[in-house]
Amino acid sequence: MAIQETARTPDKASVLNDPKVRGWIYQIVVVALIVWFGWEIITNTAENLKARNIAGGFGFLNINAGFGITQSLITYSELSSYGRALVVGLLNTLLVAGLGVFFATIFGFLIGVARLSNNWLISRIATVYVEVLRNIPLLLQIFFWYFAVLRAVPNPRDSIALPGDVFLNNRGLFTPRVIFEEGSGLIGWSVLAAIVVWIGIYFWARRRQEATGQQFPVFLSGLGLLIVLPILAWLVTGMPLSLETPELRGFNFVGGTRIIPEFVGLLLALSAYTAAFIAEIVRAGIMAVSHGQTEAAHALGLRNGPTLRLVIIPQALRVIIPPLTSQYLNLTKNSSLAVAIAYPDLVSVGGTVLNQTGQAVEVIGIWMAVYLSISVLTSMFMNWYNSHIALVER
Amino acid sequence: MKRTILPVLASAAFAMVATAATAGTLDDIKAKGHVQCGVSQGVPGFSNPDDKGNWAGLDVDFCRAVAAAVFGNGDAIKFTPLSAKERFTALQSGEIDILSRNTTWTMTRDTTLGLNFPGVTYYDGQGFMVRKSLGIASALELSGASVCTQTGTTTELNVADYFRAKNMQYEIVAFEKADEVVQAYDAGRCDVFTTDASGLYAHRLKMTNPDEHIVLPEIISKEPLGPAVRDDDVAWFKVVRWVYFALLNAEELGVTQANAEEMKGAESPNIKRLLGTEGEFGPSVGLDKDWALNVIKAVGNYGEIFNRNVGPDTPLGISRGLNALWTDGGIQYAPPVR
Ligand SMILES: N[C@@H](CCC(=O)N[C@@H](CS)C(=O)NCC(=O)O)C(=O)O
Repeated sequence: MAIQETARTPDKASVLNDPKVRGWIYQIVVVALIVWFGWEIITNTAENLKARNIAGGFGFLNINAGFGITQSLITYSELSSYGRALVVGLLNTLLVAGLGVFFATIFGFLIGVARLSNNWLISRIATVYVEVLRNIPLLLQIFFWYFAVLRAVPNPRDSIALPGDVFLNNRGLFTPRVIFEEGSGLIGWSVLAAIVVWIGIYFWARRRQEATGQQFPVFLSGLGLLIVLPILAWLVTGMPLSLETPELRGFNFVGGTRIIPEFVGLLLALSAYTAAFIAEIVRAGIMAVSHGQTEAAHALGLRNGPTLRLVIIPQALRVIIPPLTSQYLNLTKNSSLAVAIAYPDLVSVGGTVLNQTGQAVEVIGIWMAVYLSISVLTSMFMNWYNSHIALVER
Repeated sequence: MKRTILPVLASAAFAMVATAATAGTLDDIKAKGHVQCGVSQGVPGFSNPDDKGNWAGLDVDFCRAVAAAVFGNGDAIKFTPLSAKERFTALQSGEIDILSRNTTWTMTRDTTLGLNFPGVTYYDGQGFMVRKSLGIASALELSGASVCTQTGTTTELNVADYFRAKNMQYEIVAFEKADEVVQAYDAGRCDVFTTDASGLYAHRLKMTNPDEHIVLPEIISKEPLGPAVRDDDVAWFKVVRWVYFALLNAEELGVTQANAEEMKGAESPNIKRLLGTEGEFGPSVGLDKDWALNVIKAVGNYGEIFNRNVGPDTPLGISRGLNALWTDGGIQYAPPVR
């Protein structure tokens, strides 16, 4: 022991030989190189652009866009700026991605469960669905849905009239629009109130069930509230709502709310395609839960539905969530194929801006930053959700 | 590992520092042995691959003319098909040497994109196409219409201006690829298909029933279409520009693909200078003396190119109009070779 210690101390002479110090030095050098590399790319690009007389900078965002956009969630006209046009595109991307995630999740779960069904026909149909949709390139599916939708419906003059002043033609689906007149604020508040009470009932019912074992019809009572309260508010305030119905004028329907075919085609394609992948993830997740769990639940007297809902799915979710997250990210990124069928998403509008202004580097930078942010936010949320539902070992 | 990565990173970074300053475009082209020409993804009459995959059209012939001027061979050329959106980036980045793809010369493009426009090979304007069955005779009846077009074009902006100025409503449906524009219009998604009038005639040939569509009389914009090059190389710009002038001068002087060889013996000093039997005109732009002779032997003069690709005897059936020579009432005019 003593010999060893004396032999070691004089060796400690050079700091450079300390693995810790060396580690730090290496890391600092690497970081410095990366920063320098990035800096060179930026300044070099700027110099080259200048040498070739290509204008640079983000000043163009304030200039009038001058082009029209079919679908816009905020007010937009040709007189709006390029910056605003990009925001319109971003919102359109979020809209189609958000709804796509919603529908893909629902269909994906249904199909995934269906694939495990004991019913031969149902499980085969689900299998065929998954195999077909997974194996055809998404762009082709987008074209298919878009042109299938377009060719299947008539032109505006021969529109299909659905009950309730709803019209369908190759310019889109036209529905009546609710117009909120003066004094209709109370209706909005009543909706909010109904939701708050619903949440309250949920927690109250859960605590009561834990304490007494009695169940309460939370969903039905909540839904009832959500319907009854606004109607009451509407009656009390003197019925301040009116309907604007679409009507055929000239080339097309005017008034009401409109859903454009590009949106429908893209949404269908994205949801159907991603649902096939989600179905497989769900199937894998459910199969990962050991059969003993089902038997145990049955032994406790739970029927098939509650077994799936209360025992299997919560455990399967642990396996499902991480790959599900990457499907959500894929769907969002795939929505950039929109430009092929003229849906004005961020890439489509950005492309037009890029072309009208020639600011390729800036616009591509904006694209990358936006998709990166959306993806990072989605991942963060899903990771949070995953840790929230993670099985707590007891 | 670290020892090998660091030098690689460093040398990569140094490579980037050395700016992309090249010799001249002309020298580069001579060295690689062909002209890289950016064309459309298919506009019949202008740039369209035939069933054997050979590119043909007015824009294509212009590129062939440039190749013939440089190499004495109109086939020393490679094509890059580009959508409206991709074309300028392809030129700026040096992927192509010349863009010849029904591109409108505008001030923004000329001044902020690092481009130069050597000339106007086709004077055009934007028009509207509708179904005959709509019974419409004028663009002024289009209020409320859905309009299909391609993104990244001047077309998109002109429509917006026109409808706003006339206080008419419209909906623009803008696709990335011309084929999808045509398909969507054909499927009834839009009442109107709009682009350069020449493009309307060209794309009409691709529709299921070309006879069911008419082009409305209104022309709502000026679309001077022509080739474009990068603006950091004046020498190359001059080559392209003088190839264009040579095509016009040849037509004016009556020099054709068929008679070019024998015209070398003509009396007229103008013809002599054009065909290189007198003076040092080719070498003044870095080409051979018989540069123009090679051009005309390869593709003919401007009138021949026009008639072969889009003229009255072709499926497009376009008459010369503004594109006639100035001597025939048009505005195609070239400075003299002297
Ligand atoms: N002259 C217009 C461009 C016209 C244009 O690109 N027209 C479309 C008509 S749909 C076209 O020919 N596209 C062919 C292609 O993308 O291959 C401009 O310079 O902006």
